[in-house]
Amino acid sequence: MANAALAATPIALPDLGAARQARTAWLLAAPAVLLMVAFIIAPLAAVVFLGFTDFELGYGSFRFVGFENYAELFADRTFRQSLWNTAVYSAIVAPVSLLLGLGIALLIESESIGRSFFRTAYFLPVASLLVAMATAWQYLFHPTIGPINAALHMIGLAGPNWLGASNTVLYSLAIIGIWQSVGFNMVLFLAGLTAIPRDLYAAADVDGAKSGIDRFFLVTWPMLGPTTLFVITISVINAVKVFETVKTLTEGGPNKASEVLLFTIYQEGFVYLRVGYASAMTVVFLAVLVVMMFVQYRLLDREVHYA
Amino acid sequence: MSALRLSTITKSFGDNAILKGISLEAEAGEFIALVGPSGCGKSTLLRIVAGLEHPTSGSVMAAGRELTALAPADRNVAMVFQSYALYPHLTAGQNIAVPLAMRELTRAQRLPIIGNLLPGQKQIRTAIQAQVAEMARSLKIEHLLDRKPGQMSGGQRQRVALARAMVRRPSLFLMDEPLSNLDANLRVHARGEIVDLHRRAGVPTLYVTHDQAEALSMADRVAVMISGNLLQLAPPQVIYDDPAHIEVARFLGQPRINTLDTLVAHGQTVALGNIRLQVGGSVRERDEVIIAIRPEHLSVLPRSQNGLAAHVERMEFLGSEVIVYTRLDGLNQPVVAKLTPVEAAGLSAQMPVSLVAEPERIMIFAKDGIRLTAKPVSVDALEAAHG
Amino acid sequence: MSPQSTFTLGRAVRLGLLTLGALMFLAPYIFMMSAAGKGQSEIFTSSLSLIPEHSFFVQNFTKAFTRVNMPGLLFNGVVVCALILVFQVLIAVPCAYALAKLNFRAARLMMALVMLGLLVPIHATALPLYVAFNNLAVLNSYTALVAPFSISVFGIFLFLQFFRAMPDDLIHAARLDGMSEIGIVARVIVPNAWPAITAFAIFSVVAHWNDLYWPLIVISNQAYATPPLGLLYFRAAEAGDDYGALMAATFIITLPLVLAFLLAQKRFVEGITMTGLKG
Repeated sequence: MANAALAATPIALPDLGAARQARTAWLLAAPAVLLMVAFIIAPLAAVVFLGFTDFELGYGSFRFVGFENYAELFADRTFRQSLWNTAVYSAIVAPVSLLLGLGIALLIESESIGRSFFRTAYFLPVASLLVAMATAWQYLFHPTIGPINAALHMIGLAGPNWLGASNTVLYSLAIIGIWQSVGFNMVLFLAGLTAIPRDLYAAADVDGAKSGIDRFFLVTWPMLGPTTLFVITISVINAVKVFETVKTLTEGGPNKASEVLLFTIYQEGFVYLRVGYASAMTVVFLAVLVVMMFVQYRLLDREVHYA
Repeated sequence: MSALRLSTITKSFGDNAILKGISLEAEAGEFIALVGPSGCGKSTLLRIVAGLEHPTSGSVMAAGRELTALAPADRNVAMVFQSYALYPHLTAGQNIAVPLAMRELTRAQRLPIIGNLLPGQKQIRTAIQAQVAEMARSLKIEHLLDRKPGQMSGGQRQRVALARAMVRRPSLFLMDEPLSNLDANLRVHARGEIVDLHRRAGVPTLYVTHDQAEALSMADRVAVMISGNLLQLAPPQVIYDDPAHIEVARFLGQPRINTLDTLVAHGQTVALGNIRLQVGGSVRERDEVIIAIRPEHLSVLPRSQNGLAAHVERMEFLGSEVIVYTRLDGLNQPVVAKLTPVEAAGLSAQMPVSLVAEPERIMIFAKDGIRLTAKPVSVDALEAAHG
Repeated sequence: MSPQSTFTLGRAVRLGLLTLGALMFLAPYIFMMSAAGKGQSEIFTSSLSLIPEHSFFVQNFTKAFTRVNMPGLLFNGVVVCALILVFQVLIAVPCAYALAKLNFRAARLMMALVMLGLLVPIHATALPLYVAFNNLAVLNSYTALVAPFSISVFGIFLFLQFFRAMPDDLIHAARLDGMSEIGIVARVIVPNAWPAITAFAIFSVVAHWNDLYWPLIVISNQAYATPPLGLLYFRAAEAGDDYGALMAATFIITLPLVLAFLLAQKRFVEGITMTGLKG
């Protein structure tokens, strides 16, 4: 009985240790918090706010215009073209670089010689300055003096004007985008492959898996699920953020055939200085990112995590 | 015709010999435990039988069929892995169905999505479901069929792994330390269950373990492997009481067998206190041999003329038995005895005692570890013989 | 006997595919180096020959070095990347430690902030930051280049994952030994966090060395140009088709990071894998 009475009345002492710990924690986190507010939260709020104004850099005052910017946006042919181009570019680059990355990783993993050479060769573009390599690609793609068309000419084909024609420019940029991101995906898949327990392959063999295809669908592909989801996310986001190659090689041309989202925002905001209008575009860009992440994780996350 | 015959199997990686010529035969329905310290090659041997690794030389035959060159899929062997190796993305039921699906569906029918559209696969899948359900019933895991491995306990996973191995009635059962990831209580329970299942299925089984208690309690015969050699293959009782090699004697038994290096004396005899043993084989006078006696075959008595003079160092009370750690006077050699609490009643640390061995239980091994015959001879008889 | 040593048709196909692919991936580098050594006329006549008939390496590289202040560009790149990295680590490590190992009520809110931050690229915050920097008159400065990246939510996230995996007992032991929390961070956490810091450093340097968007916005004075921006200027200055000099400049600017990668390849791949998988 006495014990029960004691247990029922907890002795309330101020937890000095906890209070001190909280104070230290705040101290350690304070610089990060301040900078997060200054460089992420506040600008984010500002961008949403500016999207509802007609703010232009250089003019002293601005007006609150409601959804006018957004209305203009969706009537804007350049912006619609830009959205469409970004979608097409991403729809090519993300899946192709994912599949190539996976394929190369599988080939390298199953091959015993030259592993580190191949890994280096495919990864090199990731570590290279994209603006510089875009310039090298421009030379490769040159319609008259470029090696690609020279090679095509040798086998009797007339090469296209890769970056110079509005019907090929987006695909040419996509080739550069794929070239640049395959190595990254490959390295992630290689890491994912080495993390698969060898016992699962042994079990598959004993269970009657006869070919590489059986092993792939029974073990490799399902076990790569989390890696694949991550690679999809990163690939799509990076594709949507395409900017360097466009700015360096095409400036959105010819005839707006390579206008992409970030380039359009850059033009409106930092060249024409229409900050309000560009802010509205930015909000759309952010919304696209958020929606895509959300959809991916909602649809796929449950499919790939088994624990 | 034996159910499994391994002939002089060797395996080496470069200069590193893992298996040094293993030969072994199993009868139909036999349960053989491969036991040995880690690194002795027992798991490699099992993987060679499964076809997961290739022997450097030697052959594997089962039921008269040459398996050595066959892929694992074509051997009709089943295996339970230490990690269970359940496919984490499949439910228990789907896991159990895999070996059946792999055999009964064609390559095209197995493909994801497309496979489900092909004709004829539906009946096969229904039949597979029925077999899975039956297997689950006999192992009492029906309630687990819809769960994924991540949602199951270790014991449950182990049963699902067993079910996956048994569902297709293999001609040979291989188990690689299937109980080592379970906690102690569950392990003892699972031992009995596996023995039971084996008896019902009647499939010859190779069972790898490093746990001597598992090997001795479950197997029809125990194969002791030490550093790539199969030293002895015999029923548990024989392997414990009558080890063919000093390493076998050392590996089995808890606490470890006591050993004492000594020299062969005049007339091919070896002396231990006032016991004399006649040693067989080709040993000569002054050859080094090893005397070995198990702790439970020693008595610890108050100091007297009989036996070996020793001091008690410490005692461990384990409930049903007492382990007495002693040190021989003069030789500075530790000797362990296992007594009942009644026998140990009068003993305490630092006490001078005499160790008395059961003469029939003393074993003699040659310096290279081979067992020698040893017959106790009475001192009187010896003296009489020498006149 | 072992499958590794036999040469089968399957292996030949695999090796062939890998080699062909590798050649295609290396082609831009090969042609870049080749063109960097060719004269104007040779570039126009024989684009497929790899070895220049008359070596113009010296002329092309001289042009690249004289028309654009290459050492200046590389210097700016190094300074900006180094400053960013130092600030990021100094600010993210203590914060990640607090979130991972200390109890305080705002931790959950801060986690939410970090997660939100992971979603927001610089492109989304660039407009207001540009307006603010313009008003503060700090455009065209190292401050403008470095400040927005001094906080890396990704860094916090990465270190957080890493610290969570560290045993609590390590920290308890340090506390019992009488260390302050800041002492623990400096003398226990950081020395044990080198793998994570290295991985993050590689990620951060690769990202900021290559970044064009932000420098393009805040820098209009060549003196502060980073390598990508400098190359853009060089292209504009050359305008025409002097691909020899252009490829020479491209080569020089690509070289530092590629060399760093080739020298520390294992760390690079580990770093990318670690930051990639945890991200």
